[in-house]
Amino acid sequence: MGRKTGEKVKNFCIFVLPGCLVFCIIVIVPFLYGFYLTLTNWDGVRKVKQIVGISNYIAVFQDADFWSSMGLTLKYVIISVILVNVIAFLLAYVLTNGLKGQNFFRAGFFTPNLIGGVVLGFIWQFVFSRVLVNLGASTGWGIFSSSWLSNPNKAFWALIIVTVWQLSGYMMLIYIAGFTGLSADVLEAARIDGATGFQKMKRVILPLMVPSFVICLFFTLSRVFMVYDVNLTLTGGEPYGTTKMVAIYVYEKAFTARNYGVGQAEALILFVIVACISGFQIYLGKKKEVEA
Amino acid sequence: MEQGSKVGGTKAKMLKSSSFIATIIMFLLYMVPFVLVLLNSFKQKRDIITNPFSVIAEKGYSLSNYIKAFEKMEFLKAFGNSLFVTGLSTLLVIALSAMVAYYLTRANNTFSKVLFAVMAASMLIPFQAIMIPLVSIYGAKFHLLNHRLTLVFMHTGFAMSMSAFIYQGFIKSSIPISLEEAAYLDGCNKLQTFFKVVFPLMKPTTATLVILNVLAFWNDYLLPSLVLGKKELYTLPLSTYAFYGTYSADYGVIMAALVLTVIPILVLYLFLQKQIINGVVAGAVKS
Repeated sequence: MGRKTGEKVKNFCIFVLPGCLVFCIIVIVPFLYGFYLTLTNWDGVRKVKQIVGISNYIAVFQDADFWSSMGLTLKYVIISVILVNVIAFLLAYVLTNGLKGQNFFRAGFFTPNLIGGVVLGFIWQFVFSRVLVNLGASTGWGIFSSSWLSNPNKAFWALIIVTVWQLSGYMMLIYIAGFTGLSADVLEAARIDGATGFQKMKRVILPLMVPSFVICLFFTLSRVFMVYDVNLTLTGGEPYGTTKMVAIYVYEKAFTARNYGVGQAEALILFVIVACISGFQIYLGKKKEVEA
Repeated sequence: MEQGSKVGGTKAKMLKSSSFIATIIMFLLYMVPFVLVLLNSFKQKRDIITNPFSVIAEKGYSLSNYIKAFEKMEFLKAFGNSLFVTGLSTLLVIALSAMVAYYLTRANNTFSKVLFAVMAASMLIPFQAIMIPLVSIYGAKFHLLNHRLTLVFMHTGFAMSMSAFIYQGFIKSSIPISLEEAAYLDGCNKLQTFFKVVFPLMKPTTATLVILNVLAFWNDYLLPSLVLGKKELYTLPLSTYAFYGTYSADYGVIMAALVLTVIPILVLYLFLQKQIINGVVAGAVKS
């Protein structure tokens, strides 16, 4: 640290102030201002806002569409988090087992993560609405006879498929890092003690992989809960709002329906839910962590 | 693990080879969408509609889709905008977050503890909880939207906490204070010490953060869509989105546009595959 106070102040201004300032005016100030917005009836255009108290929050609790979108999102989150992690874990397990060209496979599975959700959604829109329909017509497979994206039941699963395809490669890499970090001594000891493959997996590998599970669950949860890009370009919430996840819902509430107060109140409720889930999950993970 | 499977009998071997086969099938399924897009980007619309799988196109292959997409989505302009925004934002985040993290880690007083705690907490805030007030403040109040620099500052602000955190972890664990003391005795001031001694030592972390931030900025759609409303300012994801809206029935051209959009990042991946994969894993594990 600087010897004199003057130098200390100067260093503080050079090192901390610029970064701190950008962080505050972009993240902290808007976040706090958001609370104020929820107390007003602003439409995003008018110069004057009226303070309306907690009526926006009451409106949120009466907004049935919001809660059905939230329920849909929860269903989507649970299914895709499970599928992403199971597939990623299995891929990682196979790809640390000495398959020839495993680096090539790893790189390939990861590729979707390099590409923005907007493009991924468009790619799969083509696959679902053209390619698979064509396949259905030429093979007679009824499952593809009409586009999944225009079917209220199947569009949801189309979104799940794309999500799993997009994220599993990323999580696979984290699980691979976990597998590579497993101590060879411990696995050897398990083998000498006569553990079968299944026992070894259940009693030794899985408990030691808990840190990897915590990281992956945290990542998938936060990514999937806030899904926007892929959702927008794959289905746009259609047909009949059957794939409208809560991020799109909040966006439309504020910017399309021009109801900033209610939109922001819903966004804050979203924040509370996400923060609780993440906090709970980290706590659970820390509790279960096993020392190797 | 390899030893375990060697001692196993035929059953274990069967299990292993069947899991390999399953992985290869899975891999092919993962790649099919990319192959289809690439294949059809060279075909005419009628051929695509009759059979998107056919390798032999009746009307032949051509680059005409690419030429049309390249011109109509103003590829070069969008590419330039993306490059400008991503490059400058990354530079700013790296410089600012490294300096903040370094100063606060070394000061280690109440203020730095509070600031790091605030940053950690802020990582839990989803973007959706900030975007509405963000637009209200910088759009309606200060009229700062529709400038690329506004987007640069916003990217920087949102990426600060994660980057500062990862730097802090590295400084705490791997940069010996004795080096800085030596530099101080040699007459360096704090700024010189940082740029000549500390920052070069943080290269691995810097590489990780450059990769994570470049990928995030380059592919971001929601924030740029809120900030940049003018067509001539569009970044690649925005121009792809707008282009799709206009040409959605012209499949060949759309496929060509999608290929064009992903080519820059895939070329980068081809050359820096190892660094990118390591960077992504390191970033995930450390945060």
